Amino acid sequence: MTASAPGVIVVGAGVVGAACAEALAEAGCRVSVLESGFPGAGATGAAMGHLVVMDDSEAQFALTAHSRRLWSERAAALPGEIEDDACGTLWVAADDDEMAHVRAKASFYETRGEVVEILDAQALRDAEPRLREGLVGALRVAGDRVVYPPAAARFFLEKAKAAGASVELGVRAETLEPGRVRCGAEWREADLVVNAAGPEAPRLTPGLPIVPRKGHLVITDRYPGFLSHQVVELGYLKSAHTLTRESVAMNVQPRRTGQLLVGSSRELVDWDASLNRPLLARMLGRASEYLPALPRLLALRAWTGFRPATPDKLPLVGMWEPGLWVAAGHEGLGVTTAPGTARLLADLVLGRPPAIDPLPFDPRREMRAHG
Amino acid sequence: MAERVRFTVDGQPGAADAGVSLLAALWNDGVRSLRTSVAGEPRGPLCAMGTCFECRVDVDGEPHVRSCLTAVREGMSVSLRGAGRPADVLEAPAAARAPSREPLEADVVVVGGGPAGLAAAIHSAEAGARTLVVDAYARPGGQIWRHRSEPPPAARRWIARFEGARITRLPGAFVVDARDRELLVEHDGDARRVRYARLVLATGARELFLPFPGWTLPGVVGIGGAQALLKAGGSFRGRRVLVAGSGPLLPAVAAALAAAGARIVGIAEQAPRGRLAAFGAGLWRAPGKIVEGLGYAARLAGVSYRTGSWLREVETLGGALRATLGDGRRAWTVDCDVVACGFGLVPNLELPRLVGCEIADNRVVTRAAQETSVAGVYAVGELCGIAGVEHAIVTGAIAGLAATGQKISAALARRGVHERAFGLRLERAFALRAELRGLAGPDTLVCRCEDVALGRCAGSASVREAKLLTRAGMGPCQGRVCGPALAFLHGWPSDTPRPPLAPTPLATLMQEPEPRDAARPARL
Repeated sequence: MTASAPGVIVVGAGVVGAACAEALAEAGCRVSVLESGFPGAGATGAAMGHLVVMDDSEAQFALTAHSRRLWSERAAALPGEIEDDACGTLWVAADDDEMAHVRAKASFYETRGEVVEILDAQALRDAEPRLREGLVGALRVAGDRVVYPPAAARFFLEKAKAAGASVELGVRAETLEPGRVRCGAEWREADLVVNAAGPEAPRLTPGLPIVPRKGHLVITDRYPGFLSHQVVELGYLKSAHTLTRESVAMNVQPRRTGQLLVGSSRELVDWDASLNRPLLARMLGRASEYLPALPRLLALRAWTGFRPATPDKLPLVGMWEPGLWVAAGHEGLGVTTAPGTARLLADLVLGRPPAIDPLPFDPRREMRAHG
Repeated sequence: MAERVRFTVDGQPGAADAGVSLLAALWNDGVRSLRTSVAGEPRGPLCAMGTCFECRVDVDGEPHVRSCLTAVREGMSVSLRGAGRPADVLEAPAAARAPSREPLEADVVVVGGGPAGLAAAIHSAEAGARTLVVDAYARPGGQIWRHRSEPPPAARRWIARFEGARITRLPGAFVVDARDRELLVEHDGDARRVRYARLVLATGARELFLPFPGWTLPGVVGIGGAQALLKAGGSFRGRRVLVAGSGPLLPAVAAALAAAGARIVGIAEQAPRGRLAAFGAGLWRAPGKIVEGLGYAARLAGVSYRTGSWLREVETLGGALRATLGDGRRAWTVDCDVVACGFGLVPNLELPRLVGCEIADNRVVTRAAQETSVAGVYAVGELCGIAGVEHAIVTGAIAGLAATGQKISAALARRGVHERAFGLRLERAFALRAELRGLAGPDTLVCRCEDVALGRCAGSASVREAKLLTRAGMGPCQGRVCGPALAFLHGWPSDTPRPPLAPTPLATLMQEPEPRDAARPARL
């Protein structure tokens, strides 16, 4: 423990909070974690766990690429429960316009050192024979991976504990102020507080520009070998990157278990967690347009979750006011970017030179709605 | 002599009597291990009634088929490769499903075709209400009156009356989702929406299984499971069967197995003799049940019914099983071919929960005339507390009358109360002893779908936490086996059910009730 390292209370033990706790504890901070439920009980537990490098903006690329590198560096040390799978991503193009997008995407990645491969129609069929005929091609991002998010949160938290962090589960933080957190009648004090409460962050820190963006997922029974990559339609970018009320896109993930995780939907309906059956039907219909055998597979469960969305699609990582920091608002990329977020936060807290430019993630930045 | 049908198992020829379940056909063919679990263990049937998913096989290229719910057919090609199935069986294009047909509509929809469901449907239909029954099984009568050709004597009158009434019945159908006044039902390879004005929930109960070392070995089956397998055409002739666990099903099933040629090598009831004697003394209120009990006793003459003793472990012994039993002071072993075990019944509360009915103390809370906390939704039979067939019939009748606006006679209401009291006495008599919480070690599996050892759940504080952390309850049975076990072992309440309530083709979830966007053309 270094003399200058502050004492920190991390509020929230989702994958982001847990990773931050680990990074801060390893940097010598006295860390205590408060979690109202159990590790990964919120957005993390409902998430897909796709570790994906994204090119929506320079900043997003920087954070996702840096984070995925941190994930791959740890791959050998990840316990089996994390179900780490270096399956890669296929961004599937359905028409020539989307194929043009594939080429643009490829050049964006290549100029930044990311290994990608353009597949033509035949190469795509060879790679994923269950995709329908008539697709034009795809971009393969071989370095993308898949993990099981709640196990990842648990893993980071265990590492944090090993580095000296204390963790209290079932303790609800009710009020956050600079340097202190109220739980029931009691105030906990520290040099600084990190709000890592995901979609609930604005409840604790009013004014944070985060809204819950609901998603549906369906998991199937085991069909090993049905897919070898996570397959995503290029239209996904349209769905993911505009804050429309309701949208669906094909995004299907093979799990290490042989199961398929089928998504995705996006909705702004405040905190209504009920299944939107018509939207679920549309989501599955969309996925089936790409994977014609999908309707035959047995669904085991459908569920919803809430992504913490920001207007400009970038998370809030840094100081909100002196003594009160934020690591939240990762929308659908919290699992991917947890390690990079944690590193960035720890660098900023300790005054170390950050690995990536922190300005685009400054919680106090001027925000314009994207798209 | 029944007609024979031929099938193949991994290319080897087999034959069975027409009309038996595929599970019975395989069982009679000597197949004990039906699938390989995710951790590579051999598994045989457990519940034999569609709940546990242990009897899944591949049929004609379709993976994950429950053999207990499937009738054997001429030319069936069965594969036992199990969980590690490659997806090459799915080469055929998706079977075309009818695009969102008009929903079926009824004044009263009854879910469940056991005694409670039949009684409700009969009283509803006889009052002239349009009545529809969603029944998981091929024939009316549920598990207790399950039959292949002739219903059991006690059931004949009810089944005849049911068949004589104007009732629409969807056999082999199960509810996968519920929304406002509408059910989504998987039936006959298709998804149907079923609309109701009144809903009677009669989903019955399943067996409670508690984990102990060896409970996942092929040959260890449920008590109700053994009964269901027998009724579906499974043969126990010449088999040495140990019946162990708790409840009135033990002597009943032992008697049925003995009558079918099994050698009962012991009955071990965990409840102490004193409590059962007190219960027996109270039976003067229910003389019919005494006669039943005597019947079993007569058929079982010579077989020891040992109270205050329970299963501790089962191991394989050559091609057979060796069970270790104990009474808290000493332990002994029994060699057998089959262990039938079960620790009483737990109500099937998944659909009532999804519909939003208030649940307390592991049963649906009902007010006057079996109505639940959701207006127009009734719960009957075992959902309201395990109390047996008479209680099921009476509560079913009450709900059927109430759902159609008829008066409940004071006598009928009294019988309901009386039968419920019987159930409570039954519950007290067969209450599970604390020692049963110590049977499973940390390495004993608790979730059989995902092969999760009990010890891995130890750090969790709820079913949901254990599920996310360990995958316990994430498999196809959706926690129907491990959920009640964990409730008994750790006192954890059940997790909220998530649709679909049973594994169902994604196509079913794609059934769109109304096009949300009017501009989209209707699919034809």
